[in-house]
Amino acid sequence: MKAGLLKTYLILALFIAQKAAGNLSLAWGMKRLPSNPGANPLLYLRAMFDPFVAAGIATLILALLTRMVLLSLADLSFVLPVTAIGYAVAAFLGKMVLHETVTGRRWAGTFLICIGAALVGSTSRSTTAPATVGDTP
Amino acid sequence: MRWLLVAIMVAATVLSDLLQSHEMKRAGEQSVGARGLARLLRAIVERRFLMLAIGCMAVSFFSFMALIRSEPLSFAVPASAASFVLETVLAKLVLRERIGVRRGAGALIVLAGVVLVGG
Repeated sequence: MKAGLLKTYLILALFIAQKAAGNLSLAWGMKRLPSNPGANPLLYLRAMFDPFVAAGIATLILALLTRMVLLSLADLSFVLPVTAIGYAVAAFLGKMVLHETVTGRRWAGTFLICIGAALVGSTSRSTTAPATVGDTP
Repeated sequence: MRWLLVAIMVAATVLSDLLQSHEMKRAGEQSVGARGLARLLRAIVERRFLMLAIGCMAVSFFSFMALIRSEPLSFAVPASAASFVLETVLAKLVLRERIGVRRGAGALIVLAGVVLVGG
């Protein structure tokens, strides 16, 4: 496997892991809150001081930056479908860690996402040449 | 109101992703190490289209929050997947990406999966 391709897939795996961990931590923290924040923005701000919510937000910010790095390496039309694997990971973690009910329909959707992502993942990651580092803004 | 929020969310997502993809390709290959992320943060500050992309992302996020306050999640998530189709078409037309049969078919299968997961 070429070094550039390996780097792309490693960063893709890192993004999916960060996104899954961030969402899981956020969901865990929000479910731990003593009361439902509803539409009150102050309660959402207070929720951000919960260590799990704060860790989730920090991880999701890192995931956003990682996705931007990914977009410097691969096409948008490549990144969009392959990162949808995150939906499958979320369904799996929701079931295993948060003990959520995952319906048959949702598992079927997860299966389709994996098939589609594998199909897109087998295409060339970049069909447009990236600029050299330090190109003018 | 629900369709207005969906339209705002989808438009903001599409614009944000197109701007990010365009600008990140221009910025050249980046990395995820500490030095690489510092360079990326500098690129975000220096490139106004990346700042605009982040602003669009915020609009999309708050539209989604507003949508799920009044509509069920089982409507909001599949509705947000509409950006998928639009972005793939615009990636071809605007970003000049080559979308072959396999990539197009894969994107459509993923879209069907996202709709099922959200439904």
